Amino acid sequence: MSETVKQGKRLDHRLPEKFMPTIDYELCRVCKRCVNDCSYQALEFRESRVVPSGGCVACGRCIAVCPANCIEIRPVPPQFAPHGNWSERSRRAILAQSSSGGVLLSSCGADDEHPSIFDDLLLDAAQVTNPSIDPLREPVETVTYLGRRPGHLEVRDGKVIIREDDTPLIRMDMPLMFGHISLGSVSYNAQKALFMAAKELNIVAGSGEGGLHPDFYQYADRICSEVASGRFGIKPEYLKGVAAVEIKIGQGAKPGHGGHLPGEKVTTMISETRMIPLGTDALSPYPHHDIYSIEDLAQLISLLKESTEYRLPVGVKIAAVHNVGAIASGLVRAGADFLTVDGYKGGTGAAPRVIRDHAGLPIEVAIAAVDQRLTREGLRNRVTVCAGGGIRSSADMIKALALGADVVMVSTAAMIAMGCRVCQQCHRGLCSWGIATQREDLCVRLNSEVAADRIVRLFRAWNEELREVLGAMGIDAVESLVANRDRLRYRGPNPKIAEVMGVKHIGEGWG
Amino acid sequence: MNEVCKPRGHTYDCDCGKDCLSVADGRAVIELNGTPGVMHYTTLNCIIRKAMRQGCRSIELRGVMGQRYIASTACSKDLYIAIHGTPGNDLGAFLNGPTIEVFGNAQDMTGNTMNSGRIVIHGNAWDVTGLAARGGRIMVQGDTGYRVGIHMKEFGNVRPTLIVGGTAKDYLGEYMAGGTILVLGLGHEGSPVGRSVGAGMHGGRIYVRGRVTPEQLGPGASISALTEEDAAEVRSLLDDFHETFKKDVPDDLSGFVKIAPSSSRPFSGYYDKTNI
Repeated sequence: MSETVKQGKRLDHRLPEKFMPTIDYELCRVCKRCVNDCSYQALEFRESRVVPSGGCVACGRCIAVCPANCIEIRPVPPQFAPHGNWSERSRRAILAQSSSGGVLLSSCGADDEHPSIFDDLLLDAAQVTNPSIDPLREPVETVTYLGRRPGHLEVRDGKVIIREDDTPLIRMDMPLMFGHISLGSVSYNAQKALFMAAKELNIVAGSGEGGLHPDFYQYADRICSEVASGRFGIKPEYLKGVAAVEIKIGQGAKPGHGGHLPGEKVTTMISETRMIPLGTDALSPYPHHDIYSIEDLAQLISLLKESTEYRLPVGVKIAAVHNVGAIASGLVRAGADFLTVDGYKGGTGAAPRVIRDHAGLPIEVAIAAVDQRLTREGLRNRVTVCAGGGIRSSADMIKALALGADVVMVSTAAMIAMGCRVCQQCHRGLCSWGIATQREDLCVRLNSEVAADRIVRLFRAWNEELREVLGAMGIDAVESLVANRDRLRYRGPNPKIAEVMGVKHIGEGWG
Repeated sequence: MNEVCKPRGHTYDCDCGKDCLSVADGRAVIELNGTPGVMHYTTLNCIIRKAMRQGCRSIELRGVMGQRYIASTACSKDLYIAIHGTPGNDLGAFLNGPTIEVFGNAQDMTGNTMNSGRIVIHGNAWDVTGLAARGGRIMVQGDTGYRVGIHMKEFGNVRPTLIVGGTAKDYLGEYMAGGTILVLGLGHEGSPVGRSVGAGMHGGRIYVRGRVTPEQLGPGASISALTEEDAAEVRSLLDDFHETFKKDVPDDLSGFVKIAPSSSRPFSGYYDKTNI
């Protein structure tokens, strides 16, 4: 460029704010609790009043702590000229990356507004020909077992005997488990709340890949230990005495990626449980380097069974990807006692956006694909299929069961019950609710007892809603709902999806 | 073929009643040669566990032919296990205390995620030896394969060590978060390590005797000379190697280099956390 051509000054491409906390100064008592509680420093006290200082993420903490009820968080209206193709988000991403040159990192699940297939499914109910059951007054069973199924029942002296000669089955009071949320991605108090709730609900909670804090051994019989590619915290105590062991191959939010715990969250406690340097990024290897094939996976499964002396079910968790049916078949043949399939809307503590938002398979389709494939190959009745990734309500849970899952895995819903507002900042370690953070002043904000109690109430309610629906369908035990796709109808825009899932279209009867 | 022993369900303390083991003075010899076929690993491990339950201090396995998972999660500190033959993959996985000595070669994933204890190989050990080790010591007299010592860890005084008398192939110490690897390249000309050494390492240290060029390093690793503290550590490891294998070790440490992480957060600038 010729020197005579003037160059523009360097311009800071600061992005417009996304959210703006607004304060009704007539009501504000200037107690400054909002300023003190905002871990993102989006509010400050200036010239005798509280003013927004930028960077609000809409975590809602200020609203919750304001005694005068005078704060409102408003989404900032579009600051870019409207364009049908160049969405505001795509332009913000380009501006950010052309400044940083970095890979965009985010957390929670994929946040695109692509419609959920669950919302396109309608449940059936009993009318005349098969009477409905009143679950308030009659038994409707939701007990579910996790582990390898015996394949047949034995009757001895007039009693049905459940054979447990391969591995024991884990009894759960409802077809629900908490997903793997590691100590590190969430705080000690948050993980404690999950374990306490799992114990109270008599279900299973995943440990995540960050190892098990010695304080949590008391909940071990309700914990499913995760063996991930980082092999963090795996010591004999971690493998013995727990309910089950699960090999993590993939996670729905980031198929093909390993765990990622940003260094901001690697405190002394995390450094000790994971045995990694203080403040380092804990990046788990993308693959397990002892597993490059189904045969290798079979070896790791056998190793874990041998190491736990065949006392525990050993499962495998995979992200839902396009060939999920065939992979699931391989897992069962490799010896997995249960499989967990995690859909692309599943949560995460940190994941590159490009993977989080663009890779994987919706869990609805994945469940049906796995169930159909395993059934066709005569394997379905031998394993427990768990599925999760974007289960938002009891309705989603019920539909997931009807599509073919034995157990539904939830994580984000449990976190929301604790206080999470899904502001997608977990990767920054600043969670103002004391959930996805390791900063001590923030961690103390979460009371594990209260959080556990809220989680217990939520899932007891979901289970009651499940029983309501089972009763309405005239089904007296949840097993009879599992893979009962005949009790679903599709009403969405693309009948091909219904065909792939093996679900009839609305209006189609049985005969 | 031997009948496969497999602890079943809740009766994992095998009570099959078979006379598979004789223990004298806390010492058991398990002879695999005399039996027809190859003993299944579940049978062998069941017998080993039985020996441990009976309080054996020493277990000798003869005629091992690729049986996997030998002594996985074994946790008696005073136990010594001698293996004659070739153990299979995942020897001493999750090991927590015992000493295992192999008079032969080992296969892949030796000492997988071991917690403490000692594994000595009088031969070669192949791929992914010392995978994610959390403590203890693995000593290989001969060569090792690919991705050896990857993702080793440490905290405080608990530090795993891996000593390789011969060479190691590519991706040695990948993702290393702690621990010490020493590669001696004894009897070997040229560089004893392959490419992508210490790729993404963010803790720990790798000492190599011989030439290592910057091109051989993976991202996040850097080469430096040994400090006095490093030299002291190397000397103590060399002494152990010499005592264990009765092999001459070099006195002069001038040919040694250290490979260490260039930062504890090699990829921190890689991500953009902007809230788009």
